[in-house]
Amino acid sequence: MNTSRHFGTALQYAFLGLAAFLSIFPFFWMLVSASNTSIDIIGGKTSFGAAFRTNVVNFFTQVDVPLVFWNSTKVAVLATVLTIVVSSLAGYGFEMFKSKARERVYSLVLLTLMIPFGALMIPLFLMMAKTGLINTHIAIMLPTIASAFIIFYFRQSTKAFPTELRDAAKVDGLKEWQIFFYIYMPVMRSTYAAAFVIVFMTNWNNYLWPLIVLQSNETKTITLVVSSLASAYYPDYGVVMIGTILATLPTLFVFFVMQRQFVQGMLGSVK
Amino acid sequence: MAAGKTGGLKRYHDLNGWLFIAPSVLLIAIFLVYPIFRSLYLSFFSGKGMMMKFAGFGNVVRLWNDPVFIQALINTVTFFVVQVPIMILLALMLASVLNNEKLKFIGFFRTAIFLPCVASLVAYSVLFKSMFSVDGVVNQALMTIGLIGSPIGWLTEPFWAKVLVILAITWRWTGYNMIFYLAALQNIDKSIYEAAKIDGVPAWARFVYITIPMLKPVILFTTIISTIGTIQLFDEVYNLTEGKGGPANSTITLSLYIYNLTFRFMPSFGYAATISYVIVIMVALLSFLQFYAARDRS
Repeated sequence: MNTSRHFGTALQYAFLGLAAFLSIFPFFWMLVSASNTSIDIIGGKTSFGAAFRTNVVNFFTQVDVPLVFWNSTKVAVLATVLTIVVSSLAGYGFEMFKSKARERVYSLVLLTLMIPFGALMIPLFLMMAKTGLINTHIAIMLPTIASAFIIFYFRQSTKAFPTELRDAAKVDGLKEWQIFFYIYMPVMRSTYAAAFVIVFMTNWNNYLWPLIVLQSNETKTITLVVSSLASAYYPDYGVVMIGTILATLPTLFVFFVMQRQFVQGMLGSVK
Repeated sequence: MAAGKTGGLKRYHDLNGWLFIAPSVLLIAIFLVYPIFRSLYLSFFSGKGMMMKFAGFGNVVRLWNDPVFIQALINTVTFFVVQVPIMILLALMLASVLNNEKLKFIGFFRTAIFLPCVASLVAYSVLFKSMFSVDGVVNQALMTIGLIGSPIGWLTEPFWAKVLVILAITWRWTGYNMIFYLAALQNIDKSIYEAAKIDGVPAWARFVYITIPMLKPVILFTTIISTIGTIQLFDEVYNLTEGKGGPANSTITLSLYIYNLTFRFMPSFGYAATISYVIVIMVALLSFLQFYAARDRS
């Protein structure tokens, strides 16, 4: 009995250890490979090499790093802020001002959750081509701002917002938009933080739509740059690794700083 | 409420309601609702570029005579039929082990297994491509432990290319699903497990007869969102195969085929839109399944 329990515990540790090893290994691989030559990388070298400086120099000569990083940051931050403001306004609006007509609109909004992007990309591309927005960052952001998922998330969270606060503010003569910006937003800051983390990650990692819209090197984001470096006929994997590190660092940083909000935002959909 | 007492205040209340939701509703109408109908409209036209003519259901007929479409459909279905159950089972097992409070370093294991969710789809696809090269680190490791005798052509053999895609998605999303199960497991009363233990119920039986039935709603939810995600698979196959879905179309998915039809060659907007509606129908069916299952619950 006792030995079998020890055996069971050992098995559980082995299972978790293997899963943790496999989960972390590609990140370790990314760091190791950044210091190796392309030949060493596809030859499977798992120890640190001496090519880190060369890879960095090559990456910076092939890619306008500050510009690419600025493009990614600009698109991700702006799109995220707009998404959160616009969607939280709607989530608040649907919950605080209930009416039969708006409930019907809300059902329609939720229905858009099941529209796959594959069915949107052609009409959206034609729309952007017609309005001359191809190759602009506005074209990347516009279709991502209104998000049924984030509206849903904010509506669910608004149910926990104390109505007494709103009533008190009304007695004090605040207008509805003032209540939203001066009372609701600060009170709900943890909801906003969680939404920010999730939406930022999505925008930073966004790939297919930017791939369609951004066609010149001046507008490209880091994900597009990594992808095009890696799809060369003979990719220089050492250089590619520097790119993947730069593409992953911001999301890793956000994850470790705001892990609790990340999980909270992710689970928001089932609560 | 005071606001409801007079007609004027009521109208003010109603107006505010519309103003708050107006920006979102407007954007959704322009960038989601209009395009989805435009796609449907386009699917009735054939031709290349801007030279389009009305074709009725011609595109639907063309689907069944297009071997690449059939291949893309089979691949897409294969990916979710094989991958989703493996991932869900793995995530459930990990979650139930991590739920054991007697183990040490739980926090470390949880964070480590969740970490892949943070990687961008493009970055991890590129990493996997370099790890699974013929002389790469994975083949070497498998040969060292004696699992294989000669290197596997992960990127050159149709069967193994499919396996690679499945391995890659499983790596990226298992931790994500696990978090949902961990959250749900925390709501299960621990005394149920204690009672079963005292009665001598072995660990595997506790997993099969307690954990899985208790988590049924969450399992259903995650299964459906994972399936919907896999139906739309694009980033991984594009970056593992230089956008080709190769070798020999063995990893091409519906989304990749739509992309190639529209943006790689002379665009066939109408035909690509028809294929996109195959995805729409698949996703709609699954969503209704989820909706009815959720309604039965409450």
